[in-house]
Amino acid sequence: MTVTDNTSVTSTPEPRVLSVRRRGADRVFRGAVTFGGLSTFIVQALIAGFLLYRGAQLFADYGIDFITSEQWINAGDTPENGATYGVAAMLVGTIVTALIAVIVALPFVVGTSLFLEFYAPKRLRSILVSLLDLIAAIPSIVYGLWGYIVLVPQVSGWSKSLNEYLGWFPLFDVPIPIFDRSPLTAGLVLTLMILPIATSVTREVYSQTPRDQLSAAYALGGSRWGAIREVALPYGRSGLVGGMLLGMGRALGETVAVLLTLNLAFDINFRILASAGGNVASLIANNFGEAGPYELKALLAAGFVLFCTTLIVNLIASFIVRGAERKYA
Amino acid sequence: MTLIATPVDALPTQPWRRSTSSRLHNLGYGLISLGAAGIVTLISPLAGPLGFYLVFVVVRIALIVPLVARDSIAARDQIMAVVITAGFVTAFIPWASIVSTVVREGLEAFHSDYLFTDMKTTSATDALGEGGLLHAIVGSTIILVIASLIAIPLGIVAAVYVTEVKGRLTRFVRLMTMSMSGVPSIVAGLFIYSVVAAEFGFSALAGALALAVLMLPTVSRTAEEVLGLVPLELRQASYALGANQVGTTFKVVLPTVRSGLVTASVLGLARVAGETAPLIFTAFYSASFSASLTGGAIGSLPMYVFQNFKVGTAEAITRAWGGAFVLLVFISSLFVIARLLASRSRKKV
Repeated sequence: MTVTDNTSVTSTPEPRVLSVRRRGADRVFRGAVTFGGLSTFIVQALIAGFLLYRGAQLFADYGIDFITSEQWINAGDTPENGATYGVAAMLVGTIVTALIAVIVALPFVVGTSLFLEFYAPKRLRSILVSLLDLIAAIPSIVYGLWGYIVLVPQVSGWSKSLNEYLGWFPLFDVPIPIFDRSPLTAGLVLTLMILPIATSVTREVYSQTPRDQLSAAYALGGSRWGAIREVALPYGRSGLVGGMLLGMGRALGETVAVLLTLNLAFDINFRILASAGGNVASLIANNFGEAGPYELKALLAAGFVLFCTTLIVNLIASFIVRGAERKYA
Repeated sequence: MTLIATPVDALPTQPWRRSTSSRLHNLGYGLISLGAAGIVTLISPLAGPLGFYLVFVVVRIALIVPLVARDSIAARDQIMAVVITAGFVTAFIPWASIVSTVVREGLEAFHSDYLFTDMKTTSATDALGEGGLLHAIVGSTIILVIASLIAIPLGIVAAVYVTEVKGRLTRFVRLMTMSMSGVPSIVAGLFIYSVVAAEFGFSALAGALALAVLMLPTVSRTAEEVLGLVPLELRQASYALGANQVGTTFKVVLPTVRSGLVTASVLGLARVAGETAPLIFTAFYSASFSASLTGGAIGSLPMYVFQNFKVGTAEAITRAWGGAFVLLVFISSLFVIARLLASRSRKKV
C-alpha cells in the first residue's frame, strides 16, 4: 500500500500558455452576438422585402403612376372594375404637414435647447430634461384626441383671420371657407410631437460646446447672448440640422394624430388652411378596415413607399448627427 | 488691538451676481408688463389667457428696447434672454393643456368599477356608470409583456455586440439601430400584418411582435449607453484572472449595470405602450375581456381610446379621455420607475 504524501511532492506549476486565439466558447458567443447585433438590419430588410413582395402587383400594374397619380378610388377594388390607386396626393400631404411641423418647430427647438443649456437654473435643468423625455412618450393617440377636441377650434379661428388678411397669398387661399382639420392643424400637432426628440438631440450637441471657448468669450467681455451666438450656435449647427431631420422622420410616419386632425381628401393640396389633405400613414390606417384584397395590396405598397421615404430621411439625419458628435467629442 | 483688520469694503465682490437693484428692476418691468397685458386683454379682441401671455411677452421685450441706445450689447442680451425664455415657456403651454385636459376630462369617465369591468355589455350611448377598461388593461399588459420578452434580450445582445464584441460590423450595426428607431410605427404594424396577421388573423401575439419591432432599437440604444459606462479596468481585471469573453460579459459586465439595463427596458416599454397604429393591423380591438395569446382580436388601452373616439358619441368621447388618462398614468409611472432605477445605478457604478 502506498501512501502519497502531497506535501512532499514539489511541483512547479506549468507556465501558462498565452495565446490571442479565441477559445471555443468565445467563438460561439461572438457568433451568436453578431447575429443578434444584425437583428436590427435583418428586421428592416424583412420589412422592406415583405411589403415589396405583398405590394409588388401594384408596382407591376401601375409602375411609376402609383407614385405620381393622385386618385385613390377604391370602388370596385380592382382596376378592371374601375378602381384606381395613386399616392401622389398623400405623398404631397405627408411632406406638407412634415414641413409645417419642422418650420414651426425650429425656433422653439433652438429656444428650448438654449434655455435648458444656458439659461435654466442648474437644479431645474435636470428636472426639465427628464420632463422633456417624459413628454416625448406622450402617445400619439392622446395628441390626436387633444388636437381634435382642443386645437381644431383654436386653429380654425386663427386660420379664419389668416385667410381674411393674407388670403391673396396662394398658400393661405381657401376655396370653400371651412377651416377645420386642415394641414395646418395636423402640422401644428406634429410640431408638438417632434419638439421633444429634436430638442433633446440639439441640446445634447449644445451641451458639448467647448467650455474653454465659452469662457474665452465671456473673458473678452462678451455677454451671454454674444457667447451663444458666436460659439454655441455655430458648434451646434449640424446637431440642430440632424435633430430637425430626425423629427421630420417622425412627422413623416405619424399616423393616428394626423388621422384625427386632418380631413382625408385625395387632391394634391398646397392650401394649408383648407380642410383637405392627408398623409400616407393616415390613408393606410383609414382604408385598412374596409379594404378589398386588391386595395390591401395597394395599402401595403403605400407602406413600402412610406418606409423608403422615412428610411432615407433618417439615414441622412443619422449621418449628420454622428458627424456632429464625432467633430466635438 | 488687531494688526490684521478686515475692512468691510474688502469683502470679495461677485460682479456676476445679480444686484438687488437689478432684481428690483426686473421685478418692476415684469409687473408693468403684467399690468399692460391685463389692460390690453380687457379692452381689445386679444382676449383669453393666450392673448394675455402674448401681450406680456411683447411688452416685456418693448420695455428693453429703449435701453438699446444706452448699451446695445447689454440690451440685446436682455432681449434674447426674454425671447429664449419665452420660446421655452411657449413650447410648454400646449403640453400643459394636453395634460390638464386629459386629467379633467378623463376623471369624468371614472366610476367605482371603471378599472374592473369590460365593455362587453355596454353600448356607446350607455351612461358613464356602465362599462370599464379592464379588458384594455389586461390586453395591453399581455401584449407589452410578450413584446418585452422578445425585444429586451435582442436589444441587449445588439448593444453587447457594439460595446463588447466590437466586431467589424460595429459601425454598421449602430447605423442600422439608429435607422430602425425611425421606422414609422404603422410600417411595423403593416409588416407584422403581412407576415402573421394576414395568415393567422388578429392576435395578442401579432400585436406583441409589432411592438417588439418598435421597442428593439430603443432598448438597444439605451443599453449601449449604459454598457459604455462600465469601466474598462473591470473587463481587464476579468481577463487577467483568466476569464474568457463569455464569462466576462455575463459575470462582470452585465451584472455591473443590471439596474441600468432595467432602465433601458422600461424606457423601451414606455415608448411603445401608447402605440396605436401598429395595433390596428395586428391585435385590433375587442370590447370583451380576453387573456388569450392567440385567440383573436384583443383589447388594449390605445385602441380603447381610438375605438371610442371613432364611435363619437358624447359618452364614448368621455370614455376615450378616460382611457387616455389611464394610459398617461401608466406611462408616467414607467418613467418614474426608470428614473429611480437610473439614479440608483449611477450611484453604484
